[in-house]
Amino acid sequence: MHVTVRLFASHREAAGVREIVVDLPAGARAVDALAACRRTHPALPSTNSGVAFAINRAFAGPDTVLADGDELAVLPPVAGG
Amino acid sequence: MTERFLLSEKPIDEAAVAALVASPGAGALVTFVGRVRARSRGHDVDLLEYEAYPEMVEGVFHQIAGEVHERFEVAAIAIHHRTGTLRVGDTSVVIAVAAEHRPAAFDACRYAIDRLKQITPIWKKEHGPDGASWVDERP
Repeated sequence: MHVTVRLFASHREAAGVREIVVDLPAGARAVDALAACRRTHPALPSTNSGVAFAINRAFAGPDTVLADGDELAVLPPVAGG
Repeated sequence: MTERFLLSEKPIDEAAVAALVASPGAGALVTFVGRVRARSRGHDVDLLEYEAYPEMVEGVFHQIAGEVHERFEVAAIAIHHRTGTLRVGDTSVVIAVAAEHRPAAFDACRYAIDRLKQITPIWKKEHGPDGASWVDERP
């Protein structure tokens, strides 16, 4: 299945792209998609500390199972205001 | 401008945001205005570069408003946030809360800005004479 991973701020700069389409096996979770991104874009930060996820624009836990066509946003520590 | 929840590249008019929530039954109207500070974490700041997940931000503002209405006796709330490049003194965020009485308006406004900073998918990069870095405000 294919999942579109959106990157922001420090992750976007490290990867050099705003989004990555990853091919994942059925049952893959949000953290697995980020790990797949690190394999193709090794400059991505290696830690999940402080990273949150959103699937199809709703907050989701790191172990949430993905579905084909999902948009997964990787959210580094936020700093609005 | 009629949206109560807005992410925009245009300057925010504090009075216009307050006008979105004002009503005859609300005797208290509290606004919080966030502005770009000249110093941050021991460094001088020239400008801030805001980045957002725009498709999600307004939904998160709706979520925060829902939490506010569950917790406080308020009549209405509006949240507007800038994105793009801002300079020292520019307004980055305005939250306006109207309530019948002032305790709920103050408490709700404080809650809303704290939650905004905690969960809204917005990031900022500080640029100054010492270089540029993404802000990580985790406690």
